[in-house]
Amino acid sequence: MKFVDEFRDPAAAKQLLAAIADLTAADPERAYRFMEICGGHTHTIYRHGLEHLLPPQVEFVHGPGCPVCVIPMGRVDDAVWLARRPGVVFTTFGDMMRVPGSAGSLLQAQAEGADVRFVYSPLDALKIARDQPEREVVFFAVGFETTAPSTAVTLARAAALGLTNFSVFCNHVLIEPPLRAILDSPQRRLDGFIGPGHVATVTGSDHFHFIPDEYGLPIVVTGFEPLDILQAVDMLLTQYRQGRCQVENQYARVVRPQGNPAALQLLAEVFTVRDSFEWRGLGWIPASGYRLSEAYADFDAERRFPLPGRRVADPPACECGAVLRGQLKPWQCQVFGSACTPEKPIGTCMVSPEGACAAYYNFGRMHRAAARAVALGGAARSGPVGTATRPA
Amino acid sequence: MCLGIPGQVVDFIDPAEHIATVEVSGVRRSISTRLLADDPVAPGDWVLVHVGFALSKIDQAEADLTLDQIRRLGKPFEEEMEAFLETSIV
Amino acid sequence: MVDRARPSESETLERIAAARARGPRLSDDTITLAHGAGGKASAALVESVFLAAFGRPDPAELADAARLTVDGGRLAFTTDSYVVQPIRFPGASIGQLAVNGTVNDLAVCGAQPRWLSAAFVIEEGLAVAELRRQAEDMAAAADRAGVAIVTGDTKVVPRGAADRLFITTAGIGWIPPGRQLGAAQVRAGDQVVLSGSIADHGLAVMMARGNLALAADIASDSAPLNQAVEALLAAVPQTRWMRDATRGGLGTVANELAQASGLSVILDEAAIPVKAAVRGACDLLGLDPLYVANEGCFMAVVPAAAAETARDALRQVGLTAAAVVGQMVADPPGVVAVRNAFGGTRLVDMMVGDPLPRIC
Repeated sequence: MKFVDEFRDPAAAKQLLAAIADLTAADPERAYRFMEICGGHTHTIYRHGLEHLLPPQVEFVHGPGCPVCVIPMGRVDDAVWLARRPGVVFTTFGDMMRVPGSAGSLLQAQAEGADVRFVYSPLDALKIARDQPEREVVFFAVGFETTAPSTAVTLARAAALGLTNFSVFCNHVLIEPPLRAILDSPQRRLDGFIGPGHVATVTGSDHFHFIPDEYGLPIVVTGFEPLDILQAVDMLLTQYRQGRCQVENQYARVVRPQGNPAALQLLAEVFTVRDSFEWRGLGWIPASGYRLSEAYADFDAERRFPLPGRRVADPPACECGAVLRGQLKPWQCQVFGSACTPEKPIGTCMVSPEGACAAYYNFGRMHRAAARAVALGGAARSGPVGTATRPA
Repeated sequence: MCLGIPGQVVDFIDPAEHIATVEVSGVRRSISTRLLADDPVAPGDWVLVHVGFALSKIDQAEADLTLDQIRRLGKPFEEEMEAFLETSIV
Repeated sequence: MVDRARPSESETLERIAAARARGPRLSDDTITLAHGAGGKASAALVESVFLAAFGRPDPAELADAARLTVDGGRLAFTTDSYVVQPIRFPGASIGQLAVNGTVNDLAVCGAQPRWLSAAFVIEEGLAVAELRRQAEDMAAAADRAGVAIVTGDTKVVPRGAADRLFITTAGIGWIPPGRQLGAAQVRAGDQVVLSGSIADHGLAVMMARGNLALAADIASDSAPLNQAVEALLAAVPQTRWMRDATRGGLGTVANELAQASGLSVILDEAAIPVKAAVRGACDLLGLDPLYVANEGCFMAVVPAAAAETARDALRQVGLTAAAVVGQMVADPPGVVAVRNAFGGTRLVDMMVGDPLPRIC
């Protein structure tokens, strides 16, 4: 696949790993903790086993950029309440179906008769509304600046069509406020950021200058293939070696410094920044979420329906907040893997395949030594498994 | 965060509404190119697809440059590379 | 709260390993679709409800079919229900699946399938022409597999009580003397052979439902595997273990082997055949092909020295994508891991619930 396979090239990966090893060899005592902001990066890191390939001095710290992980329980409860309303077709991305609220998930609501449908695109939700004018179609909008423009286009289209049976339960959030919350935390121990490539597609890489300028940490806006992430590590370490502290753009094939002006324009038209929004584990953060603007009030599920809007505290045992802030590794959480597993998640970090806990549980739950043994296993024999036996 | 996949624009289904067909490894799906209204796309262009929307054009020259940088990284460490590859794991 | 004494990574891993060793537990009050998806929830349901009530065979023998001894001869006996929606999709139909699926469950136990039963639950309103076509598909599949459909049953239920057509088949096969297949035969160092490319069936069905609005040339791989199994056993009589990678996909089947054998399955990512369009669709939807269902693909474990013979035997009977995709190791014990081309590794757990497309 073009623009994917090239960025998974094993020979180039080895070159990058060698370069990274060289950069860390100069001072073996110096350790680096780099936060990958995006859940997408977390997924790539574990899926491709990158953590175990890097020198032990480089540690990935998982960040808050998983749209599913940051939705608080009360909002899930509101979604389930909407889904259970007679006449409602509740549409959502597949990831949100399993997220537990205080009274079950959307998947459970569906099992008990609610009309919950997963969609690939918000436009598919809009199509359901057009095809079934007798039903109230609600779209559960989640996601950062990457996804919000898609909802904005969909709403603009709904308005142009004059639809009266379509609304959006808006949970779009912004990336900068939680990053500032993490950066302002006294417990912060970070040496740099692997920046959110797809958010930056919309906001532009220039959006992240506040990180070096105000907090003195480097950030490299990064793509989502293994080579992208390895190159970002190399670029961060090179900044340290050369005494630089900057925003760099590793993902220039997709990200422009100014972002996507059409998307930014639509965001400004369709959404208004909320005074405050609640984040799972991070609490209320000022100016961190979007609601629909006055012009789109008719499409706002929060104004159209008498949502319970009950705030629900995170389960006491859940430490998703500390995981999302990068203060805890998934395996350091007291309930990780025992009370909280992918099949019975307590916290959202265990639900989304992007969540740090789910990614670690599903892909990474291996001793470094065991991973190494697996990697070496084939080579100790006459040749790696499958090298002589690729399909024709 | 958020899955973005490179796809190639094949043709336009409804140019007025910015609806195009993209192809990803032989899989076709109609998407909206409304977010690229300022920088119109044409059949043959590669775009990053997220939840049914083209979010950005993919720049071949920049992709080549990135790969070139990665490949050139190895050069100063050529000898270490030899050693690394010989003793390496795969 | 963060400065409390924290478990080390090793301690957590050991705690998880201990919890997992206790086996799946059912803690749900209501059945959800996840309980039927072939992953962990299904395993927990079978364990906590059915095995608890009906008795538990030797775990190493918990296979796709029961092996029974009658007058000194050995038989395999299996049953399976088919509820796929839509009932017709590129490459197959529910009727064809109902025959091939049961044939394959028998074949991978080392049995030669002989007789099938077929029971139909029909929703009122189904067109007779459709039912006739399904019956013809079944007859053609039975003919191809060399089995006879010898008994059956028909029920009609009110609209809404079923979704058009559900089919249950049962099958009996004969196990030739000397065949000893089972997880207990598997040894460290053995190699893993896969009979074809993965994830075609699950995606063909998902796309035929239409709500994803994807178009691609992807057809179900539904096919009888008994001739291929016979060819493999003729070429490599020491074949240790086989299983068809249906619901839950290759990842789930590999996990079943790891649990039953106590050994680990190490898969080589680059060697696992996945068609380009299937991979494209998986990437678009955020699905992992390792967890997507197949209906004409099986995994076999053979002694290392016979791996290429096994692969070639499968290729000679038309399974041209057959490949050696991994090996069994003793350390670490009981897991499935994938190794990629640049030396990275990741764990492959059993699937949780139904595969849901993700955007994030």
